[in-house]
Amino acid sequence: MRERYLPLVATITVFVALFVTGGVFYKHFFSTLVLGHILADNAFIIIAAIGTTFVILSGGIDLSIGSMIGFVGVVMASLDTMGWHPLASAGLMLVFGLAFGAFQGFIIDFCEIQPFIVTLAGLFMLRGACFMVTLDSIPIRHPFVDAFAGTNIPLPGGGFLASSAIVMLVVLAVAIVIAHFTRFGTNVYAIGGDRASAILMGVPMRRTTIKIYALGGFYSALGGVTYALYTSSGYPLAGTGNELNAIASVVLGGTLLTGGVGMVAGTLFGGMILGLIATLIIFNGSLNGAWIMITSGVLLFIFIVMQRFLVSSFTLRRAG
Amino acid sequence: MTPPQTRGTRLLRKLAGHRAVWPLLALAVILIVDGFVAPGFFTIRIVEGRLFGSLIDILYRAVPTALLALGMAVVIGTKGIDLSVGSVIAVVGATIAWRIHEGDPHFVILLVALGVGLLCGIWNGFLVAVLDIQPIIATLILMVSGRGIGLMINLIYGGTNPSFESPLLQGLSVGHLGLIPTRLILGAAIFAVLWLLIRRTALGLFLEAVGGNAAAADLAGINARLIKYSAYLISGVCAGWAGIILTADTHTSDPVSVALYSELDAILAVVIGGGSLAGGRIYLGMTLIGVLVIQALTTSILTSGLPPEYNLLVKAVVVLFVLLLQSNNFRKAVFSLFRRGTARRGRP
Repeated sequence: MRERYLPLVATITVFVALFVTGGVFYKHFFSTLVLGHILADNAFIIIAAIGTTFVILSGGIDLSIGSMIGFVGVVMASLDTMGWHPLASAGLMLVFGLAFGAFQGFIIDFCEIQPFIVTLAGLFMLRGACFMVTLDSIPIRHPFVDAFAGTNIPLPGGGFLASSAIVMLVVLAVAIVIAHFTRFGTNVYAIGGDRASAILMGVPMRRTTIKIYALGGFYSALGGVTYALYTSSGYPLAGTGNELNAIASVVLGGTLLTGGVGMVAGTLFGGMILGLIATLIIFNGSLNGAWIMITSGVLLFIFIVMQRFLVSSFTLRRAG
Repeated sequence: MTPPQTRGTRLLRKLAGHRAVWPLLALAVILIVDGFVAPGFFTIRIVEGRLFGSLIDILYRAVPTALLALGMAVVIGTKGIDLSVGSVIAVVGATIAWRIHEGDPHFVILLVALGVGLLCGIWNGFLVAVLDIQPIIATLILMVSGRGIGLMINLIYGGTNPSFESPLLQGLSVGHLGLIPTRLILGAAIFAVLWLLIRRTALGLFLEAVGGNAAAADLAGINARLIKYSAYLISGVCAGWAGIILTADTHTSDPVSVALYSELDAILAVVIGGGSLAGGRIYLGMTLIGVLVIQALTTSILTSGLPPEYNLLVKAVVVLFVLLLQSNNFRKAVFSLFRRGTARRGRP
């Protein structure tokens, strides 16, 4: 039972170690202000990654996240120029995300095409749709956006929890409940753990698959809404490559890409680690963006190898 | 039911089940539509001593993706996947620009570039075959960090997107031998070598055996690790060649945006060609047809006068459609709808 928490503990340890290292090297780094900024800046990725956690837990993958974030942004921005209230367009896009995800889930299950390929087509489709909506960056000028940006909860020590971070923490709590306290959550773990046994145990395959990808679509659309409100604009290239960040967050968060093992809460810390690396490199000042990519890669490597040996210890025990 | 009808439907079903039919049909439809939309699409002229025309253009532009896809087909045949090929191209490009800046002989640079591709293959193969990490994650590492490594190589001598001149490399990429572009000859040669390696030696059999069931292959005396390793080496070298062609084509090393999404195109090409991500089958020829479907689609969107923004969307829809046609469940559903329709119409 305790091994289940080992990857999560490792993730949190790395996060704390990185944060303390930053505090040792740079003045003012070890503060709630920096922490709040990391939470706010990475909220949209973490929100999308929470949805991806379910997809990956079930043994699938969702590559359409980045394009979904971009598409939601441009649609919200162009609806804004037509006079829609951002909340109304956000609601519309959340429904769209849910429907698009369900559509992907249906094709994956009904046509038995690998999730990788179906969501890859989804990636191209949504990015293409972005370019059809607009080729320019459109600002969202509604006063609600300013109100959204202005809302925050002060933290002790001069920092604050921005509205995007609040949204993220709320949907994280919801996701934890879904994953660990509902029948659907149990089914997700069952499918990811052993698909054949899950079918034999009577897990409704098609319904669950559709729900999983619908949930993934919903969360990535919510990530897009948060991003659009946070940056108060829509840009057709927004979110390019974010699917990789989201997947990396999930992996760093201790979820196995083989499915069945992992925790939603880990994804929060996985995303925070990626954000922390970027912040550390920006604090340093003499390093550049190339370092962010390389460090992320190195960290990913360390975590994957670590997981590899954890898993082999699981399987050995099971065999013995 | 009457016998001729059964035979007809059986023949139709047999035809529909053959793996080559749907991709070839898709390619034919795309080209025929092109022929209608753009007059003179099929004419091939000789301009300035080289072949010129839309068909040649499709082949010409398809070569880099084709090289990636051939390597990818081998990797996918072993139940693996190589997400890092786009990043490998970035690293290869940066290395070429760097070594040219240092003044190495160009023939050596060619070998160094291929060596870099091989090195990336060694890394991926090590993770997959030796450490037993799931291929999609193992190659994700290089995919995430590869473009960063390319940027770092550029920074070694302080260049940002450095440009260069190299008669040898550019000759391989944009030059032409007689009437035919060199890169087509190069692509054909690499295809021939791979085909001989896969179909005329035991390696192909071993690769497919390992992809079908690694444990069974291991019990049958095949060194599954070594075979898996070799697939990533092949993919790395193929990506190295693609990197040489693409880098020499643009005369510059641009690690951030070169060959963006090319790994996805390569995987799509393999899948359109009927290769299953579940492994066990390597279809080199069909993979080339998959590449041509993708490239013909891209070229025809550009020549048809549609705004280039439609490119991705149309590509996604067509690809999804081709994949749906290959799915048994989908075909069954469509066929049964069709049959119900005809049956109802047939009733008095």
